[in-house]
Amino acid sequence: MTLWWIGNAVLLLAVLPVVVYLLHGVLGASNSIVPSVRRIADVAAAGSKDLDATALLLTTQDQVRQTVAGVAAYGGSLDVILDDHEEA
Amino acid sequence: MPAAGVVTIVAVVLIVLALVYYLVSTILALRKITDGLDEVIASVGEIVAKSAPVNDVVADINANLDAAVGALEGLLVKKAGMGDALGLVDGIYPGAAAQGFRDFPESRELTPPRIAEVYTRGTLTLARLGREAPIAVTSPAGPALRDPAYGSAAARTLYSGARPARSPVIGTGAPVQYEEREDVGKPRKRFTRTKFV
Repeated sequence: MTLWWIGNAVLLLAVLPVVVYLLHGVLGASNSIVPSVRRIADVAAAGSKDLDATALLLTTQDQVRQTVAGVAAYGGSLDVILDDHEEA
Repeated sequence: MPAAGVVTIVAVVLIVLALVYYLVSTILALRKITDGLDEVIASVGEIVAKSAPVNDVVADINANLDAAVGALEGLLVKKAGMGDALGLVDGIYPGAAAQGFRDFPESRELTPPRIAEVYTRGTLTLARLGREAPIAVTSPAGPALRDPAYGSAAARTLYSGARPARSPVIGTGAPVQYEEREDVGKPRKRFTRTKFV
């Protein structure tokens, strides 16, 4: 009977506080992750929204091609019109 | 049942209740984390999909621009000569001649002539304050920048103390010419008439 009481005392004074302490730590760590994940999700969504303008790069690519073609034609005309440099 | 048995049962029940409370709370927190990570994965997938063609497009743009720059630099060198071309580029973008032309590696070793020396900002200021500056008479932005009849007073404001030996006045009547030419005052050189067919 005495050992039984000693076992009860150990259960209440040692095992239960240790279990509560460990589980409280796990719960605290889990709860601390939640806002971080929420912020990461917001940042990722904002980053994805910022990249909406990348589709305009296709327009830029097309306009650069047209501009380069125009510059090439203009340079060709200048090459015909202007005399070449002659060393003195 | 002895009292010790009751205490044991109460202790076990307390431990089980603590386990249930904390584990259920942890499960709920982990579910929130899972939901947040699902949103993160969706957004990251969008980022990957949207940025996938960027590399190819930018590389194509750079290739086109490189070709255009190379062609224009080649045309400039062909028409103006290497020295004058370097001088023109260095006059417009000071220091750019040190990089040379990309299709002419030897251009990096040359010293560009100071073709654009007269177009510095200080010279522009003197041109505005000078006696013969046309910009002071016909300023398109409003009234004249100064009274052209008394332009020397404006030029004197450049110096707080005594006027130095050199003069800020520019033009054909200036006492100091920035480019002294040997043919000034002589009859203009006449070019031979070219017959066009």
